[in-house]
Amino acid sequence: MPEPQSPSAGAPLVSMRGIVKRFGAFTANAGIDLDIHAGEAHALLGENGAGKSTLVKILYGLLEPSEGQILFQGAPVRFANPEAARATGIGMVFQHFSLFDNLSVAENIALVLPRGESLRNLSQRIDDIAQRYGLRLDPERPVWTLSAGERQRIEIARCLMQDPKLIVLDEPTSVLTPQEAEALFATLDVLKREGRAILYISHRLEEVRRLCDRATVLRAGRVVGACDPRAETARSLAAMMVGTHVVEVRASAVEDVGPERLGLNHLSLPSPDLHGVTLHDLSLHVRAGEVFGIAGIAGNGQDELFAAISGERLAGASDAVRLDGTCVGRQGITARRQFGAAFVPEERNGHAAAPDFSLMENAILSRHATGGVAGRAFLDLAGARSLASDIIQRFDVRAGGPDAPARTLSGGNLQKFLVGREISRSPSVLVLNQPTWGVDASAAAAIRQLLIDLSRAGSAVLVISQDLDELFEISDRIAVIHDGFLSEPRDTRSTTREEIGLLMGGASMADVTHAH
Amino acid sequence: MRIDLEARGTRSRTLEVAAPLIALAVAILIGGIVVALLGKSPAQAFHVYFIAPLSEVWSLQEVAVKAAPLVLIAIGLSFCFRANLWNIGAEGQFVMGGLAGGAIGVATHGMSPDAQTFWILPAMLAAGTLAGIAYAMIPALLRAKLGVSEILTSLMLVYLAERTLDYFARGPLRDPKGFNFPQSVMFDDVARLPFLMEGERLHVGVLFALIAVAIGVVVLGRTLFGFDVRLVGSAPKAARFAGFSDARLTYAAFAISGGAAGLAGICEVAGQIGQIQPIISPGYGFTAIIVAFLGRLQPIGILLAGLILSLSTIGGEGAQISMKLPLDMTRAFQGILLMCVLAADVFTRYRVRLSFGSRA
Repeated sequence: MPEPQSPSAGAPLVSMRGIVKRFGAFTANAGIDLDIHAGEAHALLGENGAGKSTLVKILYGLLEPSEGQILFQGAPVRFANPEAARATGIGMVFQHFSLFDNLSVAENIALVLPRGESLRNLSQRIDDIAQRYGLRLDPERPVWTLSAGERQRIEIARCLMQDPKLIVLDEPTSVLTPQEAEALFATLDVLKREGRAILYISHRLEEVRRLCDRATVLRAGRVVGACDPRAETARSLAAMMVGTHVVEVRASAVEDVGPERLGLNHLSLPSPDLHGVTLHDLSLHVRAGEVFGIAGIAGNGQDELFAAISGERLAGASDAVRLDGTCVGRQGITARRQFGAAFVPEERNGHAAAPDFSLMENAILSRHATGGVAGRAFLDLAGARSLASDIIQRFDVRAGGPDAPARTLSGGNLQKFLVGREISRSPSVLVLNQPTWGVDASAAAAIRQLLIDLSRAGSAVLVISQDLDELFEISDRIAVIHDGFLSEPRDTRSTTREEIGLLMGGASMADVTHAH
Repeated sequence: MRIDLEARGTRSRTLEVAAPLIALAVAILIGGIVVALLGKSPAQAFHVYFIAPLSEVWSLQEVAVKAAPLVLIAIGLSFCFRANLWNIGAEGQFVMGGLAGGAIGVATHGMSPDAQTFWILPAMLAAGTLAGIAYAMIPALLRAKLGVSEILTSLMLVYLAERTLDYFARGPLRDPKGFNFPQSVMFDDVARLPFLMEGERLHVGVLFALIAVAIGVVVLGRTLFGFDVRLVGSAPKAARFAGFSDARLTYAAFAISGGAAGLAGICEVAGQIGQIQPIISPGYGFTAIIVAFLGRLQPIGILLAGLILSLSTIGGEGAQISMKLPLDMTRAFQGILLMCVLAADVFTRYRVRLSFGSRA
């Protein structure tokens, strides 16, 4: 077993040579070489669209390379499908879980076992793996009762049942609290010590520096650098990914916080469906000139809260939601827009935008009631076209013009368009859910700067995000949503990540204050 | 071996236009094989079905007259289908429209010659349209209020409508001097749709179909309501985000398709037939579903598709006479055509990939 400190010694476990993958005229991977050694944690870095996912899908048998070769322990291999990759010794934990909510943990694990494998002793085997790697799991619990962190442990356990030599993790900490992430890192350390290789894909450069021994950086489908992340800074890694210096978001101090523009007043709302979250007595006040952040782990009521503020779901009482002092709790999203509010939901394709509609039509989608793109009955197609062109130009959206369908844009460019669509109205209140989720670093920085600028011009900005770095970067105050309850807001400058992390995990405010 | 469907990244415009044409060609090919298996000449059948009706003025008019209700109903249905509302009950809405409008025709029969009569035909058309709307509101209400599948309710209501018409044709509306035949009196001339040209077969109903196509083009492409319809079908969550109400759209789309079907129904009764009979439709409401999809739910496409389906129906009548091919052949062909269109849709959206890898 090689020493973790010198992982590059000896022959590589997996070697990808000259991998090329084309999709029509687009080349996602343009000749990538990658060596992964046993016992190392290898980071794969790159902006969205750099070719990371494509490369990993090729490694896991989900895509066939157009050119190039994969060597496993020196021998060439071809994976027709993920089963073949798993049989060879490559396991993968996806960013989005593929679990059946209504089945138990053990049943979900049994589903992926190779055919013919006995289900006897399954619980025993799950317990063994859980013990060995510190994965706390109750085999009998139904999945829908579990947190994201627990769900991820099922995925990891599933992967480990097949005794893989290489484990690929795609953005594994995006849904975890800082504390859950620490537990994950402990598990990964055990795997490393056992001589297993880890290929780690993440946007979070601090984590990569904490966990990984080597890093390969991709840009536009090519390898542009390799380094020891522990010897780099997060900023230097980011610069390598983007190819230029990342502009730091500049938050001027809030001079004048004005009157309340968005208010929630004892908002309670029962869960819309079986697996949803009930909102309990939420109150908050976002004032002119500030960015208010709401932290929380996915699935703790963020979507429900967003729908209640946007008016996609109506509140029980009219005064539960206030815009500039007007009670709008019983009014729909169109009326709230007319009162000056604007909204950017989390899901870009299918919620904020219709993927098959052109950008011009998508401009109509949220702007039809506030002038310029439609009258009472008829669309103003010329107006919509010029609005879409304006947004594309002003917010630096890389797109094939106002007629390009939304689905043809990259995540970052579509998000810039959707944020631009709302900001160009100069809304008095802007509410965003996960504004930079899956958005590349430079687009994310641009969006954050826009939000700060909007607030400093006198609007109230509410950002719901799972990304603590983002919230600490741009918010003036942060509150935490957990299981449908909202904590008291804290001043960003006088709180810490640890404190917010504890609240995200469900500790009460009293516990947190006590721990100080 | 496993068959996988992979979504195509970019869809080619040419392919989208060509797909229904290819589907039509494949359906004709399959139909030809069936005809050959029946021991008849496919070439002759093709001629009788698709060429012969185009070669004479009277049969061309017949194609247009038969296409009119199909196009009118299909334009209405396209609003429902685009919004992912599956109104399968246009046949019932057609029948109710024909019955309600026709009842006025029966009631005004033999009015004294000096009475005002100009209102009769417009009243019949209005009654037919409103009856179609009202009948379509049943599945719409059940869906919007109780979440009942509109597929089941709208389809079952077809049979209820047919029974209702049958009852009225044999009972309350029967011609008392009609030797007990289950049919009403013939409507007065003032209760009949005027012909476009003297002595020809083209009646005003054909104009309604063309107007419906024009309205369809404008409403779908240029109005906020049409935008809503398209958006709900394409991305329902985005439509709620845009501020459009699900329930309102359900009522509106069902009203449009029900009204169009009802209007087509009264046009058939006041145009072609001229009286109430136990059966007034050879299945227009169902055939219109094929027309809507063959026309890609686009107004102009629907117009062309209506003409093609009508052509095959007229041709089918010719084939019954000249080739002794059964009427079922025509129905089977229309069914094959729908399957081919749906299959072509799948192939334009997805690429088929065979994977031969064995499971580990």
